[in-house]
Amino acid sequence: MDNLVMATPEQSVTERAEGPAEPSANSEPALKLTFEVKNLSVWYGEKRAIDDVTFNIASNAVTAIIGPSGCGKSTFLRALNRMHELVPKTRMEGTVLLHGEDLYSKTVDPAIVRRRVGMVFQKSNPFPTMTIGENVIVGLRLNGVRNQKFLNERLEKSLRMSALWDEVKDDLHKPGTSLSGGQQQRLCIARALAVEPEVILMDEPCSALDPIATAKIEELISELKAQYTIVTVTHNMQQAGRISDYTAFLYLGRLIEFGQTTTIFTNPSDRQTEDYITGRFG
Amino acid sequence: MRKSSGRADNHDWRKIKNALASTGTFVSAVLVIAPLGLVFFHLLVNGASSVNWDFFTHLPKPVGEAGGGMANAIVGSLELLAIAGVIGIPVGVLGGVYLAEYGSARINSIVRFLADVLNGIPSITWGVVVYGLVVLRFKSFSAYAGGLALGLIMIPLILRTTEEVVLLVPNGYREAALALGVSRWKTIVHIVMKTASKGIITGILLALARVGGETAPLLFTAFGNRFWNHSLSQPIAALPLQIFTYAISPYDDWHRQAWAGALVLVTGVFCVNVLVRILTRGRAASVV
Amino acid sequence: MSLAAQVLIEERFVRERMAPPSRFGDKAFQWLTMAMAMAVVVLVILTGWQLWRGSSLTVEKFGFHFLATSTWDPVAEQFGALPFIYGTLVSSLIALLIAVPLSIATAVYLTELAPLWIRQPLVSLTEMLAAIPSVILGLWGIFVMVPWLRDYPFPFLKHYFGWIPLFTGPIYGPCMFAGGIIIAIMILPIITSVSREILRSVPDLQREAAYGLGATRWEVTRIAVLSYARKGLFGAVILGLGRALGETMAVTMVIGNTPQIAASLFKPGYTLASVIANEFTEATTDIYLGALFEIGLVLFGVTILVNLVAQFLLKTMTTTTSATRAVQ
Repeated sequence: MDNLVMATPEQSVTERAEGPAEPSANSEPALKLTFEVKNLSVWYGEKRAIDDVTFNIASNAVTAIIGPSGCGKSTFLRALNRMHELVPKTRMEGTVLLHGEDLYSKTVDPAIVRRRVGMVFQKSNPFPTMTIGENVIVGLRLNGVRNQKFLNERLEKSLRMSALWDEVKDDLHKPGTSLSGGQQQRLCIARALAVEPEVILMDEPCSALDPIATAKIEELISELKAQYTIVTVTHNMQQAGRISDYTAFLYLGRLIEFGQTTTIFTNPSDRQTEDYITGRFG
Repeated sequence: MRKSSGRADNHDWRKIKNALASTGTFVSAVLVIAPLGLVFFHLLVNGASSVNWDFFTHLPKPVGEAGGGMANAIVGSLELLAIAGVIGIPVGVLGGVYLAEYGSARINSIVRFLADVLNGIPSITWGVVVYGLVVLRFKSFSAYAGGLALGLIMIPLILRTTEEVVLLVPNGYREAALALGVSRWKTIVHIVMKTASKGIITGILLALARVGGETAPLLFTAFGNRFWNHSLSQPIAALPLQIFTYAISPYDDWHRQAWAGALVLVTGVFCVNVLVRILTRGRAASVV
Repeated sequence: MSLAAQVLIEERFVRERMAPPSRFGDKAFQWLTMAMAMAVVVLVILTGWQLWRGSSLTVEKFGFHFLATSTWDPVAEQFGALPFIYGTLVSSLIALLIAVPLSIATAVYLTELAPLWIRQPLVSLTEMLAAIPSVILGLWGIFVMVPWLRDYPFPFLKHYFGWIPLFTGPIYGPCMFAGGIIIAIMILPIITSVSREILRSVPDLQREAAYGLGATRWEVTRIAVLSYARKGLFGAVILGLGRALGETMAVTMVIGNTPQIAASLFKPGYTLASVIANEFTEATTDIYLGALFEIGLVLFGVTILVNLVAQFLLKTMTTTTSATRAVQ
């Protein structure tokens, strides 16, 4: 970790006076932080997937995690909403604070963490047994929301936010799997938005999509950051450059470099980062 | 390829052997299928004339009187299947879900192995066991005992198929639901089991069709009954039992009824199998 | 009010509407399903215990002699199970001799040699055969198969092979041979379908290598497929044996049900499962019932043992298939 560079994210795009709920107690007033990750390590059995990673993730910004396959970027993302715990024999050390609260505190239920930190996956996965409409509100339903009027409102709002409403408003009763790949992925984003999380994690959300669908999702990400903190994993350098405000480069489970995307891409301070970004390895 | 010396007659001989093997295995396949056709043919020839409205609505006639039906046996079989279902379906389905969703590799291999062992046990064993457990204790043959015997047979069958189809549900659906903050058990019930429901239902139907034709476990549990069963704690008639009793009897009238009963039973079993085939055709598309 | 503030309020609104996740529900569901899975373990133990308890009387009284003597006289309360063990073994052996070559040849045809369009219909038909209830096959056996065997093949065998002790003596109809044939029909589908699975799990690489050497279809099957699958096919046969040993209704209806040990296959026989089926409800004394329970115990033990061997043989083959299935 000799070359570890600890950059602090600066307030960049946020115009909102209020940050998300529960502003962090120990963050500087000018700086809205969503996650503070300190000395995070994650093991799968004997294998150490994340090795002592420390950095902060700014609110209302897009942070991209980049790195070659197997570098632990997906594991890192999952550690932010405790999804990695689904794999048996995982173990973690260090702390992850969400707005100052320890996600891994014994009193915190992982289900609550996941309601606050939503996730969109690499492969779009609308539930095959449900209609488009049911897919959007399934999170609310299964979490005990019964009020039909409220559900309908959330349905429309979530679909509007994911820029899908105009395309599907007449087809809400059709199966979710009847949509095209890009639409399915936006449906999954709507599904995540419906439970009104504070953060949206995206695990290579465009890797299975064609360029046009990808462009739409990227546009959507830029719009969503006004209201949400977004952390996305990508193996596409151009995409990271286009959509992210901050970039973290992971390699072999370690954080090699973190900083503003413009800095990382134009003037990386680490040789490995430069090599990776310019396509010399990865 | 010891014989590849390149000589023409050798080449011909290899071709002939190939043709012989194709023909031989084809004939074997025909011989394997033949009993199916023969049984069906004779069921139709011997049973069709006796399957009429009376058969479904009347009680058996005493020896010497022609006609009568097997209404009590048909209804009895359905009652037994209902009891068996109440026992076998929840245990089998939830047990299968446990293996697929929670179980550790070690527990799973043990349970899976024992389930396969149970599937290999002769069905008559269940009759003996339930006789010892229920009939001896309550001093009476009963519909409960018969249903229990059939239900116990269903458990390992349903457990294995459920486990298999639940494992086929892609992990992405589980993750998607859990990432919405849905609790694990709701994810399993509302997402995973719902996605696998066609497969689970298929397994249940196949198990029902299988035990619906079972006779041996009922011989000394349900016992059979020439009349209507008015209480589930009393002996009850079942179609396969009735067929057996009539088939080994010395009366021609009863033989005719046995053929008719067999035709009805086989038709029921085959209908379920065809239904399953239709269901599984859809499943391939929905799960993968 | 700014948009952001509105969002904030709604955020709380949504979250308050959601029920808190209940750890109790998760735990309860896990325990419930675990209890159900454990039912299988309980069942095996319960079955073994019940059969053991039921047969304690005869085990005490006759001990090992129960399995080695051949007097079955309920009136004199003398019980020896040897004729039933003999009958079970001989009828199962006949069944295997008939069913194994036919089933494996059919499996080969279905996976290697048959034209593609015919495979699925044939597979469906074999599965249909498996769905025929035992009692119906028995009915067909009594009224169709046995009379036919009695009138045509048996006299033929007696005429030409009568010098072999197996085919001597009067032909009654119901007999050991008929029992063996009906069991063969019962186990054809299972051996066929398991063999088919085994052959399908042979990697295509095996076949391609042989084809690459210019082999014919049959040579590929013989050299690359069958030799590779030998162990698994043996497992399929043993699995069939397990079914054969426990087959009850159809055999009971055609085997003649006479406890005797006779060389001729035209003589009636009796099997372990048949004697339980026939005499259980007639067993009036405790010792008689105990004897039948012990026969059940023997049947239980033997089928478990046979299935164990089959599982062991099939394991190597099936783990590879389930592994590929898991990957998909």
